Amino acid sequence: MIVSIVSGKGGTGKTSVAVNMALSIRNVQLLDCDVEEPNAHLLLHPKISRIEPVYVPIPSVNEKLCDHCGKCSKFCQYNAIFVSPEKVLIFPELCHSCSGCTLICPKKAIAEDKHKIGTLKLASAGDLELVYGELEVGEPLAVPVIREVKRQIDKSRNVILDSPPGTSCPVIETVKGSDFCILVTEPTPFGLHDLKITVQVLEDMKIPFGVVINRAGIGDKKVYEYCREKNIPILLEIPFQRKIAELYSKGIPFSLEMLEWKEKFEALFNGTRKLVGK
Amino acid sequence: MKQLTVLSGKGGTGKTTITASFAVLAKNAVVADCDVDAPDLHMLLHPEIIKTQEFKGSKLAVIDKTKCVECGLCREKCRFDAITENFEVDPFSCEGCSVCTIICPVNAITLTERISGHAYISKTRYGFMAHAMLSPGEANSGKLVTLVRQNAKVLAEKEDSDLIMIDGSPGIGCPVIASVTGVDVGLVVTEPTMSGIHDLKRALQLLAHFDVPSFVCVNMYDINKNNTEKIESFCKENSVEVVGKIPFSPKVTEAMVNGKTIIEYSPRSAVAKEIEVVWEKISVLMSKKQSFK
Repeated sequence: MIVSIVSGKGGTGKTSVAVNMALSIRNVQLLDCDVEEPNAHLLLHPKISRIEPVYVPIPSVNEKLCDHCGKCSKFCQYNAIFVSPEKVLIFPELCHSCSGCTLICPKKAIAEDKHKIGTLKLASAGDLELVYGELEVGEPLAVPVIREVKRQIDKSRNVILDSPPGTSCPVIETVKGSDFCILVTEPTPFGLHDLKITVQVLEDMKIPFGVVINRAGIGDKKVYEYCREKNIPILLEIPFQRKIAELYSKGIPFSLEMLEWKEKFEALFNGTRKLVGK
Repeated sequence: MKQLTVLSGKGGTGKTTITASFAVLAKNAVVADCDVDAPDLHMLLHPEIIKTQEFKGSKLAVIDKTKCVECGLCREKCRFDAITENFEVDPFSCEGCSVCTIICPVNAITLTERISGHAYISKTRYGFMAHAMLSPGEANSGKLVTLVRQNAKVLAEKEDSDLIMIDGSPGIGCPVIASVTGVDVGLVVTEPTMSGIHDLKRALQLLAHFDVPSFVCVNMYDINKNNTEKIESFCKENSVEVVGKIPFSPKVTEAMVNGKTIIEYSPRSAVAKEIEVVWEKISVLMSKKQSFK
């Protein structure tokens, strides 16, 4: 089973839920898909076994063959190629690696080169396998790094994906192919607003989901009302407690110190499995 | 005209709480909510929308089934696995690159523009605001951020405003890059957690990469004073000034529930007072910006 942990709003506790759940069950592969700001490893202190660069193909122009017709530049939907009568300029950060320019060039003057945009890390903490990616600072496109992380998915294990915040392409890339999504929210107006946007995305994508309410007790009751109206199951509530916040701040998964939570996270996973029917 | 971007790397550290408070404290600033994925600033500033623009940020391939001969070339050449076995385009995978339109031997594929969000120009009780909403699940948030910033600039020029205040999104990828390029100051709001520290470092690297002078503000600093000290010494070593330490307070959430900034809801609270201190420092720094860039 593949479960993604998602939230529109940042800082609601996705990583905390992902890590604590991963530590409460067996045979887990945890993939941290927040490649802009990966944090799961900060809570797990894993042993890294492999580090690999992540490359994307970008065009490279053979100036001897190029006659500066400009067809590539006109074709490129991302403005990644600029052609002047004297020179061709490539902007690797804008390139989506579609290879269209190599296909459109009448002189066959464009080939593809490798451009490094990030790093893939394979690690383990006990029997838990952790895969995470790191986008190079200054590179805008997280999606190819997320794809590389997801390529490591081992379907024989219980796969948990920790998603980046938001509702745009990096989130779509992460949750695509998931059997279920756990939406982590907090009972505040910001939490509710961003939850609604995420629900819309998952409904469009036809992925089943349920909600975990973190920091329960703060804010108001509107998230509960919304879930009731929309028939969205509330799978778990984690109260706002200074101890939980303090443990998180130190990089300690709270279920390791507050043992009663191990069972609750195990039940969260089993409940999810029941909902999926796997 | 100066531009300030509030960013954080890690989500949920308090960017919007702080930007909204700045909007109240600033005289004559234009506010730009550049978290177009999950914008929240409007819930504190209650903008009245004056103008709505459609945002056509991306394109989508459409296959004309009456022409398609199911040769499979498009599926083979698509780098985004966006063409299904039944020769349909998966809108969640298509990046609108147009490769399929040129590879199709029977010209059955065209690109269509899709409306992937809306940009708004609004008025709040504290001045003008540019904001937007990306349609859920859409791509190209960076382009929409750029549109919001352009709108903010036009507003600032028209209203003779001397400051644009930008609320960024979490992360360090495309929308954040679009929010920080060319601004005068980047204020990173962090929290004293291991994740907060890790993400702060990457956010500072990003600002350095784009040559933006940076400052740091530690929110909820008393959740872990040890880590706050770590942040302070890290910043000191890297010559980045910590302009404020805001305590944790449940009043911040109460203010949010009431749709108000903390400055309005609880002006005498320690949080409000510290945000005022940070604002004073930032505005002084902005006014003499030439000296440190």
